[in-house]
This record gives sequence, structure tokens and C-alpha cells, in this order.
Amino acid sequence: MRHILSVIFENKFNAIPRISGLFSGRGYNMNSMSFGEGEDPETTRATITSEGDDQIIEQIAKQLNKLVDVIKVVELTYEPFVERELALVKVQSSASTRAEIMQVADIFRAKIIDLSHKTITIEVTGKEDKVNAIIEMLQQFGIREIARTGIVALKREFQK
Amino acid sequence: MTENKKNPGKSMTGSEILVQTLVDLGVTKVFGYPGGKVIGLYDVLDRTPGIQGILFRHEQGATHAADGFARATGMPGIVIVTSGPGATNTVTGIATAYMDSIPIIVFTGQVPSAMIGNDAFQEADIIGITRPVTKHSYLAQDPGQIGQIVREAYHIAITGRPGPVLIDLPSDVLAASGEHHPNEHVMIRGYNPTYKGHSQQINKAADMLNTARRPLIYAGGGVNIGLASEEITEIANRGQIPVTTTLLGLGAFPEDNPLSVGMVGMHGTWYANMAMMECDVLMCVGARFDDRVTGRLNHFSPNSKKIHIDIDPSCIAKNVAVDIPIVGHVKKVLPDIVKKIKPANTKEWLEQINCWKNEHPLKYSKRGEEILPEYVVEKVAEMTNHQAIVVTDVGQNQMWAAQYYGFKRPRQILSSGGLGTMGYGLPAALGAAIGCPDETVVCFTGDGGFQMNIQELTTAVQNKIPLKIVLLNNGYLGMVRQWQELFFERRYAMTVLSDGNPNFMKLAEGYGAVGLQAQKLSDVEDVIKEGLKIKRLPVVMEFIICPEENVFPMVPAGASLDEMLENGK
Repeated sequence: MRHILSVIFENKFNAIPRISGLFSGRGYNMNSMSFGEGEDPETTRATITSEGDDQIIEQIAKQLNKLVDVIKVVELTYEPFVERELALVKVQSSASTRAEIMQVADIFRAKIIDLSHKTITIEVTGKEDKVNAIIEMLQQFGIREIARTGIVALKREFQK
Repeated sequence: MTENKKNPGKSMTGSEILVQTLVDLGVTKVFGYPGGKVIGLYDVLDRTPGIQGILFRHEQGATHAADGFARATGMPGIVIVTSGPGATNTVTGIATAYMDSIPIIVFTGQVPSAMIGNDAFQEADIIGITRPVTKHSYLAQDPGQIGQIVREAYHIAITGRPGPVLIDLPSDVLAASGEHHPNEHVMIRGYNPTYKGHSQQINKAADMLNTARRPLIYAGGGVNIGLASEEITEIANRGQIPVTTTLLGLGAFPEDNPLSVGMVGMHGTWYANMAMMECDVLMCVGARFDDRVTGRLNHFSPNSKKIHIDIDPSCIAKNVAVDIPIVGHVKKVLPDIVKKIKPANTKEWLEQINCWKNEHPLKYSKRGEEILPEYVVEKVAEMTNHQAIVVTDVGQNQMWAAQYYGFKRPRQILSSGGLGTMGYGLPAALGAAIGCPDETVVCFTGDGGFQMNIQELTTAVQNKIPLKIVLLNNGYLGMVRQWQELFFERRYAMTVLSDGNPNFMKLAEGYGAVGLQAQKLSDVEDVIKEGLKIKRLPVVMEFIICPEENVFPMVPAGASLDEMLENGK
């Protein structure tokens, strides 16, 4: 099962390798990891998605918490949360396929952000499965390159 | 760590700030080996009163010595080495300390800041290399930070679950001047170990112990580190609860107490392993359900409810599911349990255990004039009144020492448990002897492990350390040979040392130590007697032991704790 961990840590020297090294060193699975400055400029927030049973994920959270630089670890999996991923997809295109590609982008509410004689670059934002879906739909035209951010997520505050 | 503008500190070089901060923290001994990038630092160290540098002959030796010093005294061991190879030579020592939660602080020289990353002469990314085996690490980037870094490192090393901390020191940062602020407070936002246990959980644990019919306490290295052996003893005595310890927990509960069932695990006693399997409530204190203790996990202690007290939350439920987890410091949690423990009816259970003790004691059979290692350990124990600090190497010598010495007090046995580092014994024993100069320190080692850091005999001679080295020479890498005998049809691939072994007596003499040798059983006592008398010099007491003696009982790898081999059967 997919789990999402949100980790706030001091953005000090070597903090990121300590976090990522934990996954490789202890053989934990990591699907994506994204980093960015947190609300306090001295901190960074990492959003990590990992696969595993609850016991493994609990271990990962505990091991992350043990790192001196880590201030807080929140597992979002069992809480309501909002998540987004952004992807840039460069698709091969010719005059004959351009319209069809733009139609696909339109359906997924993606934006065209670059165009050349031979390619179209599409920016898509959404949940991971939406990003996967548009990529799948674009495969038939020939995908040149993909850049994905990995997932970012926050707890949803509004709850009934 | 920012500069204090209102109250400028005294201007000092990075090296001076470092040494002064160590002195302020109460450090009196530093273990190490100099080199290009730390010449200036050693220069300051050498002319600072109140702190002494001790030269080892290999950085690994210095690091194990710091580890031994820390295990014996409870104070962090300090290591200073140079960059590159000096730094990489400490890695095994750091990993050893990490696995056993031992507080050491390792200062490594580094190439000047501007050259980092250029593959400069004697450059190594030591922070990267040691990242998985340190509790934390620092790169000093400004001399004014060094004081605060050292104080933080000291705090991190000894608090919570202790562990090694590394500080990398580019040579320009050591040489430059900065402001020294000696009294800044240590506050680390992400580091707040839990000390006090959850009171409801503690109540539940006490109730569970009080209602148990077959309770067992399983005490680990955490009880030695946390100095909670009195509390363990009180709980055991009051509730009439038997106690088993891990290798690192030996000494946390006196083995002459009738409630002691000795060591548990792969080479634990028959009765400790059976008690583990048959108990109905198991209280694990400061231990981590290591694979050498549990045997096959899915058949470990199948009928017990489990209580687990540990300062490190990540140790809990890592290998074994527990019913009552308690995160906290043993010294804070156990007194609350002591208060609630009632005399319980465990008579039948204790009778059962005594029955196992009588039927399956630790035993070995004498074979004529051949020297048996178990006998040597027993004799050394007897003649040191079970009071020496015992340091072991790794392998058969380690297990015989653990099984037959009969430990009575905390911090009495120093052994590389988690990493199983051969070559640990001699340098760690030196560290212990330097930390506890009034105690007898005995190092049990083998002809394999002894040769892995044998250069430190010089350090012992030079510093006039009366170390008692008990060399159990069987001419083999004994523990591996034992496995080959039992599981590889006696094919002794690369484990025969006898053909190449040096003359250890001449070797001892060459180093300026005393060498004594026993070749037959009747010599053993005289050699030990003689060896224990020697002052101001290390002695190598070599015992030519029965070459194919094995360590039993033994739980084969992957077997359950109740599937023990005794005498190879």
C-alpha cells in the first residue's frame, strides 16, 4: 500500500543525504521524494511516498524521527489530505497530430507551455493517477522526455 | 551559533577553541594519531594543561580505545585523527560503537575548505562515508562555531540512546581565528529524547508482571548504559522474577543471584533459552530483540505477553510485536515499576528453571592435560575475584568469557556485540584501563583477533599499562572453524592459523611486554598467578588450548531458541 510521509527538518548541511540514505541503507522502498523550503525558512519539507505494510512504514517514520535534524514526521495516509504532482511531458508532434494532442491536454486540463515544429511540451498538475493517465494517453504520439516533481501533500483541514 | 555582537568572545583559533571546549566539558584523555591536517590541533593539545593525548599505532585502535573508555567510564571517548586514510581507518571503530550505542566523538582533519571536492591529497568524504554509522555529524565551517558544535556533539553522544558523533575539521577552519563563547546553551529543535515513561503503560506493565505465573526479565546493554541494575535487581527480588541478560547486558544483574539464568541467545545457557520460550510474560529492558538473541523470529517466545522498555522508539516493534511498549530511560521508568511490584507466586516457575539448570548446566569435559578455554576463563575469574573489567575480542574467546566469567557488576564486560568486530579486544581494553587505572583489566582474545590490532601492544608498553591479555591460542579462527565443523563437513577453508602464527612469546618480548605461556593444564594457574602480579607492563598470557573445542550450547542460525545443540548433538 502507498503511504505518504511529510517530514519537516532543519535545512542543515547533510540533512537531505541523511534522509535519503536511510531509505537505501535500510532497504526501505521509496517511490518519490520531493523537497522544498518550508514555512520557516530554516526548515525544509520533504514529501515522501513509500510502499510497505504498516509495520515498515512505522519503522520508517521512527527512523526518520531519530535523525537529529528532523523536527517532525507526519504520516498522511490515514488522514484526509490533498496531494498534487506536476509533470512536464514533451511529446513528439507533427502538423497532423498536433490538434489531437492538444485535445488530450485539454481534457486533462493540462497546459501547453512550449511548442516546436516537432514537439509539444505539456504541463499537467494533479493527483498521481491523473498524471499517469495523461502520460498513458500521450504514449501513442511518442513521448520524448518526462520530468515529474514527485508528490507534494498537506493535511486537509476542512473536515465535516 | 551566530556571532554575539553585544558580548564579543575571546579571539582564539579553531584548534584552541576545540581543545578549550573539551577541557571545559571535563575531557582529560584524547585517543588518536596525528597527521598533516591536524598538526596544529595536536600542537595545541600538547601544550594545554589538564588534557592528555594518547598516541595509538593505528586509528582503528584509537577509536576502539575511545569506545572501551566510554563503556568502562560512561564518559564519551574522544578521538582525533587526520584526514583521508586517518579518517577512513576510524570507520570500523565508529560502526562498532554505533551498533552498541556507545558515546564517542571522532574529530577528523579535513583538507582546506576551498579544496574539498577536488580530490586533494588525503581527502576523503568522511561525513558521507560514516553517515549510516553515526548518530550525527558536523562539518565545521567557521572557527567561531566550533565550541558550540563540540558542546552539541557531546550532548548528542551521551543523551538519549548514546552513539558516535563525527566532527570534520577543514584545516583552514582550525587555523583561523574566531570568537570563543564558552557558555552557550545547547538547544537542538529536532532532538528531544523521551526520558519519562507513560504512567498508564507503566501501571499496565506492573500489573502484567504481578499476575504472571512464569515471568522473565530480559535485560540488555541499555541497563548497563543507563545504570539501572539496582532497579532490575529490586524488581527481580521483590517479584521473584528470574532474569536473563544479553551479551551486552551481562553484569547488569549479578550472576550469583539465584534468580539469574545467565545469558540468552545463540550461545546462551540452555535454561535461559528455555525460559525465553516458556515464559508467559517477558519484560525486555534496554535490549532490541537482536537475531542472535531471538533465534527464528516466528517461533520466538510464542506464549508470552511482551513488555518492552527502551529509550529508542525505533527499537520497539522492529523485530517482535509487543503488548506494552514503554519509551523512556530505564533509570526513570524502572523505579516506577519497582514501586508497584508485589511478591508474586512464581515458585513453580523457579522450580522448573532450577530443574533445567540441574539437567543442562553449562559444562565442558576435561581431556587429560589439554588446556580447555572454559577452564582458563573460570580460573581467571576465580583469581580476579570476579571483579576485573573483562574485555573480549570476537568469536569463541568472547563466548567462553561471557559464559564462564560470572559477572557481578554493571559495565564489567566490554564486548563488540552488534558489529562483532575482531580486533576490538586489545585496544578497547587499553581504553578501559586508561579510564579506570585502579582496576584490573583482563582482555580475552584469540590468535585471530589479537593479530588484528596487535600493534597496540606498543601503546600499552609505552604508557606502562598493566593489561592482562589472556590469549586463547587454538591455531584456528575458532568460531568459523566451529561452523565449518558443524555445517560444512569439517572443511576448514582458510581458518587454519597455526601454520602461520608468530611466536607470541617472542612477539610480546619484542614489544617490551611480558610473555607467559601455558602448554598443559597444570601450568594454567601458575601462569595466571604470575601474570596478575605484573605491574606497569602488559602481559601476554598465552594458553595453548584444545584446538577443536567448541562453544556450546549453540542455537544454529535460523533455528528456534529451543533447538539447541549441546556437545555437537
